This record gives sequence, structure tokens and C-alpha cells, in this order.
Amino acid sequence: MGATAITDDQFQAEVLDADQPVLIDFWAEWCGPCKKVGPIVDELAEEVDGLKVVKMDIDKHPAAARDHGVMSIPTLLVFKGGQNVARIVGAKPKAALLSEISPHLD
Amino acid sequence: MTATTRNVVIIGSGPAGLTAATYAARANLEPLVIEGVTAGGPAGGQLTLTTDVENYPGFPEGIMGQDLITGMREQAERFGTTYVTDDVTGIDLSSRPFRITTTSGDDVHANTLILATGAKPRRLDVPGEDRLWGQGVSACATCDGFFFRDKEVVVVGGGDSAMEEATFLTKFASKVTVVHRRTELRASAIMQERAFKNDKVEFIWNATVTEVLGDGADGVTGVVLADTVSDDTTEFDTDGVFLAIGHIPNTDLVADVLETDEDGYLIVEQPATQTVVPGVFAAGDVSDHVYRQAVTAAGMGCKAAIDAERFLAANDA
Repeated sequence: MGATAITDDQFQAEVLDADQPVLIDFWAEWCGPCKKVGPIVDELAEEVDGLKVVKMDIDKHPAAARDHGVMSIPTLLVFKGGQNVARIVGAKPKAALLSEISPHLD
Repeated sequence: MTATTRNVVIIGSGPAGLTAATYAARANLEPLVIEGVTAGGPAGGQLTLTTDVENYPGFPEGIMGQDLITGMREQAERFGTTYVTDDVTGIDLSSRPFRITTTSGDDVHANTLILATGAKPRRLDVPGEDRLWGQGVSACATCDGFFFRDKEVVVVGGGDSAMEEATFLTKFASKVTVVHRRTELRASAIMQERAFKNDKVEFIWNATVTEVLGDGADGVTGVVLADTVSDDTTEFDTDGVFLAIGHIPNTDLVADVLETDEDGYLIVEQPATQTVVPGVFAAGDVSDHVYRQAVTAAGMGCKAAIDAERFLAANDA
């Protein structure tokens, strides 16, 4: 089922108030590299236990991206207990994403 | 995981790699394309970072770079190409089959190898650039222009890419300043004219960026410019820096084995695509710093696939 698309209105509840670590993928339709990282993020959603995975189309929902200093896409952020604990800028292979994310899993 | 041996392995997924894949697949060679994720630039190659491609034959109204690449990928897949979405971490060319390792740790063995790894955008290599990468420093206007609505940006460079980025960025930015180290542009006449005609585009000549200013919280706040004639430095306020200062061929993993020219591009036996190692071929920007077009890369990819097919017929029959 992959990463769940969320809106700016849902950001607080789905990401900041989540009771488990959250990976969020900021993307847009017109971004070539985003199309490559999107399917990898979907795989992480399927395969990584204890990680919630969501995505946000910044064209439709620019507020959360702006509030968290996203100035390049794709950017992946990891939130834990409402805090941004990891920032991954640009597309990276799955193994590289896993090694940056896994230290933040319980 | 146990390694499989493929007739043709292609590293790279731009026009060269995907055209090679289509030709190899149609020759029933069941090619494997290691399309990459980020090493050496984005999967799909530099076309995925552009907007309209207006000079690829067969598209009279132009086509979006991403759409062109997606079409090439599907075309190759239709004839039996398989893809691995991973970066290559090692290439062993000491004997055939050649051995390729990827970030996931999998080994691939290849009877022939086509290197279509392209070239990656050159960086400035100045203080502040790494720290502010993705926080106002970018090499992809189509990805990141969106974040500079009503802001002022600098584009560094003087070629077609610089003119395209500058013109594209005027859709968002209030002002775009092109910083170029000479007084003449390398860009083609049509691209120059578009930039010159655009009221939002200004030029600073004979200048290089020697530092990017700003912090993580606010992103880029300015650049330090050095005058190439007088050596005087000045601070120039800007919200973003877009780089378009040329490319570096992606030969890191093979440069110690294969022959390269003085700029690092792979040398092939023109007009064929054979490198110095029999069974290893090169196509596209990794071996061409003269033409560097999507259509010339596609042409070289076609040649590489035919060369590989003939090599296999002669050696493995």
C-alpha cells in the first residue's frame, strides 16, 4: 500500500503527534528525482517495522515544507516525538536511506 | 544472494543506456540496466532535470525531458529489459564475466558491459556550498525553483544549461542574476537571446562565486563574488544559488582500468564504442564531451548495443 498521502491539515496529527517514528517524503509531480525516490519510500513503508511512512505533495500542501526549511525536493524528514531528527536531501538508494533512518527506530 | 551472469549489463539510465537497452533487448540479449539512484546524478540522467526538450527529433512541439526518458525506459522494457534501481559500488574488469556490485550488496556478472554513466553537475567547491546544499544551493532549477517564489536568485555559469535555468527561474523568482566568469557566453544563440530578452534576468560578467553565505535556519543569504580581472571581492545578497558550471564524467569506478582523456572522459575506438578492455563499451556523456546531446547519446547507446551483440557473437558463440 506504500506511503500514505497527507495534507497540511493532517500534518500535526499524522506526523508531530504520532506515537511512532515518522518518515515524510516531500515531493511534487514536476520533480524528476522525486519519481525515483517515491517507489523506494513505498517499499520502506511496506518493509520497515515500527516506522510510519507518509508523503506530501508540496504543490498542494506547501506549509509543512516551508515550516521545516525544505528548499529542495525530494527531501525526506524523520520525526520522532514531534521533533525532526533526520534530514535526507535528494534521492538516495534504498540501502543509504535505511542506514540514515534506522538509528531513529526503537 | 548468488550472482547471475547476464549477456549485457548496462550501467546508466539516460538516453545512451536506455537506447542501448532497447537495441540489446530487441537482439534477444535480455539486458539488465542498473539505473542508479543518485550516484553520478539522478536516475534517468540529466534530461530528468530539464524542462522542455526542443531539439530531439520526432517531437515537433518539444517534449518534457522526464517524459522522453520515461518513454525510452518503457520502450526498452517492452522488449525484455530488466531494471535494478540501485547504485553501483564496484566494477571488476579483470576477467570476463565482469563483476559489478551494487549498494544492496548484490553481485551481477556480465559477459559484456556498457558504461553509460553520464556526467554529474560540477560543484563550485567553495566554503558554504556543502553546508547550504538543499538549503538554497541547488543544481536543479526544475526541482527547486518552486521554493524561490518572489525571491532573488543567482545562476552560476554561461552555457545552455545556465541560460535555461535562468529563464526557467524567472517563472518564480523576482530577479535572476547570471554570474559568469567571462564576458562571453558559451550558450547557443537561441538560448542567449531568450535570457537577454527577459527583463528579470541580469548579468554580472567576469565574476566567480568564492563563498556561499548563510546559515541552516535561514538558508542562503548571499554570495561572495570575486572579479576575475581585478580580484576585488564583494558581497552580493541573494536567496538562492543555482549551479550550471559544466559536468564531470562519472568514471570513478573504472578510471584506474580504462583509458581516459585529459578531462577524464572514457576513450573509445571511434567510430565504435569499444574501450581498451574487450567486451566493455562506453556511450553517452561519459565518453563524449564534444556533443553532449540527448540524441548523440542515444546514437552512441545504439552503437554500443550493436558492438556488444557482435562481440558476443564472435566470442561466446
